[in-house]
Amino acid sequence: MTEPVLEVRGLRKYFPVNSGSLLRRQTAWVKAVESIDFSIGYGETLGLIGESGCGKTTTAKLILLQEAPTEGSILFEGVDILALRGDALMGYRRAVQVVFQDPYSSLSPRMRVGDIIAEPLEIHTDLSRQARRDRVAEVLRLVGMQPDAADLFPHEFSGGQRQRVAIARALVTDTKLIVLDEPVSALDVSIRAQIMNVLEHLQATLGVSYLFIGHDLAGVAHISHRIAVMYLGQLVEIAEATELCAHPLHPYTQALLIAALPAHPNDKRERLTISGEIPSALAPPPGCRFHTRCPHAMPRCAEEVPVRREVAPNHSVACHLYD
Amino acid sequence: MRPLLEVTDLQTHFTSFGGTRVIKAVDGISFTLNEGETLGLIGESGCGKTTTCMSIVGLLPPAGRIAGGQINFLGEDLTKKSQREMRHVRGHMIAMILQDPMASLNPLFSIFHQVAEPAYFHQSFRGRSLRERVRDLLHAVRIPSPALRMRDYPHQMSGGMRQRIVGAIALAGGPKLIIADEPTTNLDVTIQAQYLDLLKDLQHDTGVALIFVTHNLGIVARMCDRMAVMYAGKIVEHGSVVNLFDAPKHPYTKALLGSVAKLGSKEPLFAIPGQPPDLARLPPGCAFHPRCPDAMPCCAMQAPEETQFGPDWTARCWQAAAQAAKGAP
Repeated sequence: MTEPVLEVRGLRKYFPVNSGSLLRRQTAWVKAVESIDFSIGYGETLGLIGESGCGKTTTAKLILLQEAPTEGSILFEGVDILALRGDALMGYRRAVQVVFQDPYSSLSPRMRVGDIIAEPLEIHTDLSRQARRDRVAEVLRLVGMQPDAADLFPHEFSGGQRQRVAIARALVTDTKLIVLDEPVSALDVSIRAQIMNVLEHLQATLGVSYLFIGHDLAGVAHISHRIAVMYLGQLVEIAEATELCAHPLHPYTQALLIAALPAHPNDKRERLTISGEIPSALAPPPGCRFHTRCPHAMPRCAEEVPVRREVAPNHSVACHLYD
Repeated sequence: MRPLLEVTDLQTHFTSFGGTRVIKAVDGISFTLNEGETLGLIGESGCGKTTTCMSIVGLLPPAGRIAGGQINFLGEDLTKKSQREMRHVRGHMIAMILQDPMASLNPLFSIFHQVAEPAYFHQSFRGRSLRERVRDLLHAVRIPSPALRMRDYPHQMSGGMRQRIVGAIALAGGPKLIIADEPTTNLDVTIQAQYLDLLKDLQHDTGVALIFVTHNLGIVARMCDRMAVMYAGKIVEHGSVVNLFDAPKHPYTKALLGSVAKLGSKEPLFAIPGQPPDLARLPPGCAFHPRCPDAMPCCAMQAPEETQFGPDWTARCWQAAAQAAKGAP
């Protein structure tokens, strides 16, 4: 692979937990993200999959600089963004944008669509009013909407149209990477495919990279080139999307595949091999964090943290079964 | 075999602005359900799935009323029953599982209290036998150490456990039919799979019939014997799950199936153009025709009648009817 657009190394995020009413003391840590590494290439989609509370969204926030990491580095085009200040920092914020899950709460109801999309331009560029209008019309066309939609308010649009507006806003500053935090989960089934197709089309024409966060394996696998599977703050497996679906190695990935719903009633179903629920990130299990639910757990799993290593080309897994 | 539930030409209307505006949320739907069978009721938000269920259990909001049709359950027409009589049907004969378990459990009462209520009222369990009944129910939905956990309150349970408690409440009255309205939408994928497995097991053990309301075709493929596809208040296609997945007749069923990503496949998704219609401003003729890839001129003029494509397989589509009349053996 050529130089990645974004590279994350040893990223960690601990949130302090305070207790006591009078003398508030920091008593514990929520270990939301525990030493993760991954990279995203130019024009590539990396899918990030995992259940609620596994640290997907925290990872997104760290990349978007909404949270400061406890440890580790985030390299954007080879530069550590945590050291950026001033104009260089603004340049990063211009190049990396986000689309949220719920387009009903992510668009201001008091602003016209044109102003919503133009706001990043006002902050980041010194384009004239007319040039901004032209640019807004251009991105609206890119996401498959009429330019005159710019004069309307968000409430005049359906969920799918609003999500297109949110994508247009993310694109307007010649973005290189868009973090998509469950962008289709809140939409109706027939609309999801529209948005997925818009995203794929934009990537093909503009070469923008995506970090696609989701929990629906089939959907994430469809849009992603590679998939990273996250469990309780750790990346347990990264592989090409088709490879991961065909040969999942980590027991958790295997469980996710069994749990994925069938595409046809005659598909053979296996029963889920894992039981129980995701443990609390306040006191994650020692050793491999998955060992409490793993059907293949060995004594070693409770003691030693598995290190993610490459077991096949472009396929790495953190599990003692493959040592 | 006589069906357990037989809905005939059900129409549920909502009126607003003093009766000047009528919204036909459910517009003449018919289906049957046999004992121990699972029916998937599928469609997008606002297509009338939930209104259909609420009509069956008689829990429509004040603005809604059943304007016509019959709901025959065990030989009795539920539309003719008073609210007082319906209280003996709900919880006892027909139970519901709703989407959000936190909203369907009362935070102020213990798990025991809430699971015991239907068993107390509908099955006259008292004292020690009531406690045993609750423990058995919690055991059936796989709550670990049920005798201890039944003293807990909903906030002490995780989302998956709460939804299993709701399942135990649904079973407590010994129902013949459970209506599950998007029961796993709020659950994580592995918890969802556990819950669906559990429902299958419970159905196998008790022989209860299930109506599964969902927008997720994967759940239908996994859980249901038959499915009814709803669009704008009508059932546009109804038949066995295998038939509908293999050879869907209605273009909306086809489009829904084509719009879902298949695991490990990179085939482009079929996007249905446009939006689901506003029920207050339905297009004339077939409600789907503005979004339909195969629409013909007659589709905009007249609503299609139900066409039979086989035993227990119907669809409402001019195109499919014409093709069946022309080429089918």
